[in-house]
Amino acid sequence: MTLDLADILKQYPHAGRDALIPLLQSVQENFGYLSRDAVIAVGRHLGLPASKIYGVATFYNQFRFQAPGKHHVQVCRGTACHVKNSATVLDAVKRALKIEPGQTTRDGAFSLEVVACIGVCGLAPVIRVDDEFYAGMTADKVRKILDSYRKKEAANG
Amino acid sequence: MPVIYIDDQPYEVAAHHNLLHACLGLGFDIPYFCWHPALGSVGACRQCAVKVFRDEHDRRGQIVMSCMTPVRDGLRLTIDDPDVRRFRATIIEWLMVNHPHDCPVCDEGGHCHLQDMTVMTGHNYRRHRFAKRTHRNQDLGPHIHHEMNRCIQCYRCVRFYHDYAGGKDLNVFGAHHHVYFGRHESGALESEFAGNLVEVCPTGVFTDKPARRYYARKWDLQSAPSVCGQCGVGCNVLFNERYGKLVRVDNRYHYEINGYFLCDRGRFGHDFVNGEERIRRPLARESRGASLRETSADDALSRATQAVAGRRVIGIGSPRASLEANFALRELVGADSFYLGLSDAEFKSANLSLALLRELPTASLHEIETADAALVLGEDLLTTAPRMALALRQLARRQPTAESIVACPVPEWNDQAVRELVQQQKGSLFSATPGPTKLDEDAAAVYYGELDEIAGLGLAVAAAVDQPSAETDSLATQIATALRNAKRAVIVSGGNEAVMQAAAAVVRALRRAGRDAALCLTQPEGDTLGLAMLGGRALSEVVRDGAECVIVLENDLFARLPEADATAFLERTKTLIVLDHSITRTTARADVVLPAATIAESTGTFVNYEGRAQRCFSAFAPQPDVRESWRWLDALRSSLFWPTFDDVCRAMAQAVPAFAKAPDAAPSAAFRQIGNKIPRQSPRFSGRTAITAQLNVSEPKPPDDPDSPLAFSMEGSREQPPPALIARYWAPGWNSVQALNKFQQEIGGPLRGGDPGVRLIEPEAKP
Ligand code: SF4
Ligand code: SF4
Ligand code: FES
Ligand code: FES
Repeated sequence: MTLDLADILKQYPHAGRDALIPLLQSVQENFGYLSRDAVIAVGRHLGLPASKIYGVATFYNQFRFQAPGKHHVQVCRGTACHVKNSATVLDAVKRALKIEPGQTTRDGAFSLEVVACIGVCGLAPVIRVDDEFYAGMTADKVRKILDSYRKKEAANG
Repeated sequence: MPVIYIDDQPYEVAAHHNLLHACLGLGFDIPYFCWHPALGSVGACRQCAVKVFRDEHDRRGQIVMSCMTPVRDGLRLTIDDPDVRRFRATIIEWLMVNHPHDCPVCDEGGHCHLQDMTVMTGHNYRRHRFAKRTHRNQDLGPHIHHEMNRCIQCYRCVRFYHDYAGGKDLNVFGAHHHVYFGRHESGALESEFAGNLVEVCPTGVFTDKPARRYYARKWDLQSAPSVCGQCGVGCNVLFNERYGKLVRVDNRYHYEINGYFLCDRGRFGHDFVNGEERIRRPLARESRGASLRETSADDALSRATQAVAGRRVIGIGSPRASLEANFALRELVGADSFYLGLSDAEFKSANLSLALLRELPTASLHEIETADAALVLGEDLLTTAPRMALALRQLARRQPTAESIVACPVPEWNDQAVRELVQQQKGSLFSATPGPTKLDEDAAAVYYGELDEIAGLGLAVAAAVDQPSAETDSLATQIATALRNAKRAVIVSGGNEAVMQAAAAVVRALRRAGRDAALCLTQPEGDTLGLAMLGGRALSEVVRDGAECVIVLENDLFARLPEADATAFLERTKTLIVLDHSITRTTARADVVLPAATIAESTGTFVNYEGRAQRCFSAFAPQPDVRESWRWLDALRSSLFWPTFDDVCRAMAQAVPAFAKAPDAAPSAAFRQIGNKIPRQSPRFSGRTAITAQLNVSEPKPPDDPDSPLAFSMEGSREQPPPALIARYWAPGWNSVQALNKFQQEIGGPLRGGDPGVRLIEPEAKP
């Protein structure tokens, strides 16, 4: 979080609707997500209604609308992982965290993202938590891994 | 005209249409969702597939989307081929994968395009065994109910709301299987035209929220054609009733006026019909100071008759009452004692409008939409004539379309391509108003100023039209040039006299220059112009004169006169008789109140801003003690002269030359179709119910209707009625409002048999 919103907007003086996506990308880079206030501020800057901006932003998977959690979980749904049944893995993560992709748990501990191939297809199905990769996932393993993060958190107080 | 071959049969069709439009127009049934005659094609739903062949030897053919295929001479196609039939059945099966199949509890059920199309394609078995994706619904305010799970992603809602009507707060979110149509967060929809989503959406996603309270299916509604009385545009509506309550107001197509769309004031603004404030029994008071109490109709009438007998009686008419009611009052009190019931400003503006309309041609909304340039002087149309603002927006959208199409020939119906070409260009719409309006963003240039400055601008434009000069930097010259360059121009104004005069000056200047120009003047209420045509004195005079006995027709004097004047005048009045449907400050001071029927319960004629007389028919018979105003007024006269509506309408046509053509606005009560009246109820109407069983176990006899060719019954003619008498849109296989296709000469064009109503004012000056 290096820049605040006003600084970002300043980098796009007199911008029009064509600057929308780069602007949203800078906002997300800086804040990790697009907050409601940020969307409205961007809208005011570009002269676009909030509904238009959300329309564009929700079209792309890359934009998030909730602050990322402490631990960011990525579930791969690429071809190799799909063949190795990553659908079940995703389902298990969703159940364990009680959130949908793009969301953050209420305590702010985890956020979930679906990605298409993390480039380690040999280890499929794969999930990644923060910078750790976990190979050959099953529903059981997923639960254990997530639990271990929870325990760590609890231990750290 | 090109000839296309459908199953080897030749048909002549218009060149500028797409195949779907052409085939539907020929009477073929092709299922479709995303195409809409007013919105064009985007090819989003893939439902309208047909098979086209290269030539007569080609037997394999190719499946194409008929809505995206231009008509061309010699094109060969088949609609009913096993391949395309299977294709269409698969498409609808996919569209229905996530649909909750909740028709029994869905408010769209019974008039749902999705139901119709599902039956048409023959998809009747669900193979999808998995969980359905579900959405969270939003609270979209008091008028529109949201149920996103029923969506089939046709994109019509955004294309209407955003593209057509310029709404900012509804959009499409997400991608692939979780596409969402709504606002960015819950909240009331902001557009003045949001109600049209109810008819535009082919499924039950957007439904009429007030109507949900009544749990009534379309086939159980008793309906009649009528006219919206909320402003002077005179949009055509259908009033729908069940069990004595107005359930819903639907758009009634009129090619020249409202087309497919109404404003929300028209659709949702008639709740006073069921309102708490309704007066349902005659009221009278013993003496001044005593309180008003309910009485019988006979008693109220005899009191009123006594008060009227042998005295000078003053009548005050109303721009929200029908012509016939106003005429009946004028006959009762005499032309000298008839006052128009308009405020001073309204009186002046209505009379000036009449004079100008007699001099200069005017334009229907359809003519506004298709004009090439427009200037709005002084009016915030979204409040004074909302549907006219929507028409002007189409003008602003159409003009660059027309230009781009010449530069890069794409068909006008190809909506997506046209939007790409047009980008942010704007047409020649100019607006000069006292403050910002929602129409500004569609305008090429806007001007804000006081009314006299606006009038000044108008006169400057007129001068610049007369004397085109090279200097182009002033706004007036810019506007004048655009208007001169237009093949057809419209000038819109209203309200203020000076501004209206300036608008007329622009039209005169353009006509002097040999241009086709029209003047459109807004009117505040449904019958303001009609009242001016009937003629009468100004209300300010009555305050001066005063009278012993005053009859006020469907009017609240406190809304028309300064507070002090109204109070003083009513104080001096000995007997005040008021006819109205709801409680007002005037009825509260009356000595006798006669409960009047609302527009939904009356037959009458209204004159819109163009001078077009239109007939409204009662959708349901009023309660026993409630009567149409002209009936009460007729009963007050010494003998009954007008047993039926036609009698009063004809009497009016004879007495007032301006209304000579008014009876032609719709067929008279004598009209029959193969010996039958036109039923107000559908053949499936569930007439027998136990709803009144606590009063009487036998079925009440349906009321007679001596006033119109419509019957309060499900029995009667099954033929398509003449356009002025269409009470519902239905055709075999088409239960939704899209059955309208079968009622038009050409889809999106005039109704079969011509659009209803007659123009009463013809300008003297011919172009
Ligand atoms: S909400 Fe209705 S109009 Fe909009 S896309 Fe869905 S089905 Fe079509
Ligand atoms: S524009 Fe006027 S007449 Fe038309 S629906 Fe709206 S209020 Fe009624
Ligand atoms: S497909 Fe999952 S890592 Fe490549
Ligand atoms: S109607 Fe042709 S694709 Fe939707």
